[in-house]
Amino acid sequence: MVKDNFPLIFEISKPGRIGYSLPEIDVPETDIDRLLPEDYIRTEEPELPEVSELDIIRHYTALSKRNHGVDSGFYPLGSCTMKYNPKINEDVARLPGFAHIHPLQDESSVQGALELMYDLMEHLKEITGMDEVTLQPAAGAHGEWTGLMLIRAYHEANGDFHKTKVIIPDSAHGTNPASATVAGFETITVKSNEFGLVDIDDLKRVVGSDTAALMLTNPNTLGLFEENIVEMAEIVHAVGGKLYYDGANLNAIMGKARPGDMGFDVVHLNLHKTFTGPHGGGGPGSGPVGVKKELIPFLPKPVLVKKNNEFFFDYDRPQSIGRVKPFYGNFGINVRAYTYIRTMGPDGLRQVTENAVINANYMMRSLAPYYDLPYDRHCKHEFVISGRRQKKLGVRTLDIAKRLLDFGFHPPTIYFPLNVEESMMIEPTETESKETLDAFIETMIQIAKEAEENPEIVQEAPHTTVVGRLDETKAARKPILKYVRE
Amino acid sequence: MAFRYLPMTEQDKADMLAKIGVETVDELFSDIPENVRYQGRLRLKEAKSEPALYKELSDLAAKNVNVKNFTSFLGAGVYDHYIPSIVDHVISRSEFYTAYTPYQPEISQGELQAIFEFQTMICELTGMDVANSSMYDGGTALAEAAMLATGQTKRRTILISEAIHPEYKEVVKTYAKGQKLQVEEVPLNNGVTDIESLKNQLTDDVACVLVQYPNFFGRIESLREIEPVVHGNHSLFIVSANPVALGILTPPGKFGADIVTGDAQPFGIPQSFGGPHCGFFAVSKKFMRKIPGRLVGQTTDENGNRGFVLTLQAREQHIRREKATSNICSNQALNALAASVTMTALGKKGIREMAIGNIQKANYAKNVFKQNGFEIVYDGPSFNEFVVKLDKPVEGLTSYLLQSGVIGGYDLGKVDPKYAGQMLVCVTEIRTKEEIDTFVEKVRAYHHG
Ligand SMILES: Cc1ncc(COP(=O)(O)O)c(C=O)c1O
Repeated sequence: MVKDNFPLIFEISKPGRIGYSLPEIDVPETDIDRLLPEDYIRTEEPELPEVSELDIIRHYTALSKRNHGVDSGFYPLGSCTMKYNPKINEDVARLPGFAHIHPLQDESSVQGALELMYDLMEHLKEITGMDEVTLQPAAGAHGEWTGLMLIRAYHEANGDFHKTKVIIPDSAHGTNPASATVAGFETITVKSNEFGLVDIDDLKRVVGSDTAALMLTNPNTLGLFEENIVEMAEIVHAVGGKLYYDGANLNAIMGKARPGDMGFDVVHLNLHKTFTGPHGGGGPGSGPVGVKKELIPFLPKPVLVKKNNEFFFDYDRPQSIGRVKPFYGNFGINVRAYTYIRTMGPDGLRQVTENAVINANYMMRSLAPYYDLPYDRHCKHEFVISGRRQKKLGVRTLDIAKRLLDFGFHPPTIYFPLNVEESMMIEPTETESKETLDAFIETMIQIAKEAEENPEIVQEAPHTTVVGRLDETKAARKPILKYVRE
Repeated sequence: MAFRYLPMTEQDKADMLAKIGVETVDELFSDIPENVRYQGRLRLKEAKSEPALYKELSDLAAKNVNVKNFTSFLGAGVYDHYIPSIVDHVISRSEFYTAYTPYQPEISQGELQAIFEFQTMICELTGMDVANSSMYDGGTALAEAAMLATGQTKRRTILISEAIHPEYKEVVKTYAKGQKLQVEEVPLNNGVTDIESLKNQLTDDVACVLVQYPNFFGRIESLREIEPVVHGNHSLFIVSANPVALGILTPPGKFGADIVTGDAQPFGIPQSFGGPHCGFFAVSKKFMRKIPGRLVGQTTDENGNRGFVLTLQAREQHIRREKATSNICSNQALNALAASVTMTALGKKGIREMAIGNIQKANYAKNVFKQNGFEIVYDGPSFNEFVVKLDKPVEGLTSYLLQSGVIGGYDLGKVDPKYAGQMLVCVTEIRTKEEIDTFVEKVRAYHHG
């Protein structure tokens, strides 16, 4: 592909061009100076672009071609569940009766929307084995914080103000400790053992009467199922702590195991992962939270209830932690997730999990001869390999990631888990075919060979992208965060 | 049963299991202890074919009154504006909507550049130095601004104007609870934040003062008068702004705001029953390294070509973990793109024209209400919202209007019983004179009927 300095929209702007069509002002007008105090009338125009409609379409079409999505090619970004985003979901979310309704309309005029939300909650309860669900949180991290706030409210309602610590494994995603901080907790790290699982002895050592919760994802971020989950639940429950489930990895267990049955008290889900909400280039997501009975009183308000086949919001929740978001959550994403669940049904969702796990194990076994496999056992929906063998040859995981770009693949996750050196977290998902997996495997094998025979080609990658490897240090040292006209 | 999203054939499965070295799929799940293995069949609704499901969900959607078929005068934080047709075409390009966070910049230049342009446009509108790539919504953005301020000043009280959106206020209070912070409301005087009360409430424990511009009741807050009072106390000045209004109003940055947040929903984002919308977060330069969420920065590649990357990531949770400036990870990128496309379409001229359309039409509606004998509560300069006083419960009016194809204003009695009988009316640029006249006529008929 040609390398170029692709223009910013501001650089193709030309005074006099317009790209809009506003309705006319058909009411008698008053001088603007008489409607607003002088100080409050803007004197400097905002430097927004002046372009025609075709300019805009060409600009964004060109930008889209400089972007890789699931529809463009394989995207095995571990922990993010980059599965196919069904098109019917997009159509349903755009129905005027879903897309163009106002959150403060009279409840009688939005019964269809409330019914959908209610039925989605019922489905999520069943899938997770929890007693109640709130759809309010906007994404996974928001759900984590909400869930931890619920746990805190629960402890405080019991007079347990000394429960100030949340235990989190060293393999956890960064949002877990960050959410604990925002919810006002102190984070205690528990180590992983040589099998990649939570070290039970270390857990016993750090757990105590000040433990508010243990926050886990199961399977964990190494893609391994925490086999001792029941014992861990007992250890935490014995000191009055709660068990929190990060649902980022639910794709691994649908119809096979339920967080509620494993002893988890609170769970958040990432509807933009397991349930096909499109990732949107970074969002929007949706992060519903499910809870066991004793935490229900603390759920964010309002709570959606059904009475005599009518749906309405209950605001009378004296023990609620309050609102975590204006209105009722990312409804548009919830509509997509609901459409997906109804497309798959109970057998389909179980099949999703089985195929995701087969795909992951197949890839893991195929790559094991060429890369280090730190934990050699069946994985669930994803697995972690290490590039430490290649590192000895001077090829870093980052180089391997960049080299994959030359073959049209999105690389795996490489910024975590932190407990594996030079980690590559690979999550193929169930929507990818064996042919795609094989092509990726072959490429990974080729890169491993290149690392031995011709490391420069890997170290200097990518070679075929619209820009070469970008200088991130420079970007951070002297940040340029907006366009400034010269 | 076969599913169209699952390409694995029986043969594939057999080959793959053989490669793995197991006989059955169940062996791959043998690490799930027997006592927690789910043995049943989930009690979910059965799978449906594409046409059958589409029909069912279309029928469900049709049960809702929507603002395309009805004439809406409802705002209160979510607005019915012009959405250029091109917006949905752009965000429907699957290279955008099926991508994730641009962790690999070389194959994500499209998204990164679009966000860089978004950051630029938000800075232009708000008059601030730095804007991030988006927050969940205006409410959580405001709450995060308050958190930034308390962290920065090491003070523990947040002063929040009573005229901030009530649901935003609730969100701020929930976030504050997490950090054991105090939130105190500043009362109003004729619908705007009361400066005298504010002065009395400013102690040396006040981290920040939060106001909304235009405020929840549609009034224009006196940022010029509030700013010196706030900064005189070494507190941070945080403004939650409606970005469309900034097409005509002096930007908060000009008045010395430290942080400007808000929701870009008015820029091409469907109301979607309250979400997903698009929070924005802009700061003055000195808070650049304190800003929550993702930032896109400009850099060069090895050949000196311009390119864009996620930057200043040392603030973020995946690096800093429990010491991060925020826990936000996924944001609202696709809606930021929608807002960018809309801001681009409007451009320098259109944004002003749109803002003026709102003011003119709302002002006309206000006058027609007055001419018909209604009291406008807190009369004075406003943007596209104002409060009408009724002698009858607003609830009855809402139902009455719905019967004739109109979504009425917001019943302020739901916010606080002290506002019973008051209706917050929103008139945007897309309402016509005829719709406004008919609306007032219907309100009058109900009122006198
Ligand atoms: C394991 C895990 N937990 C939590 C999150 C946070 O989710 P979100 O990005 O929706 O806030 C992620 C996703 O990035 C994740 O992979």
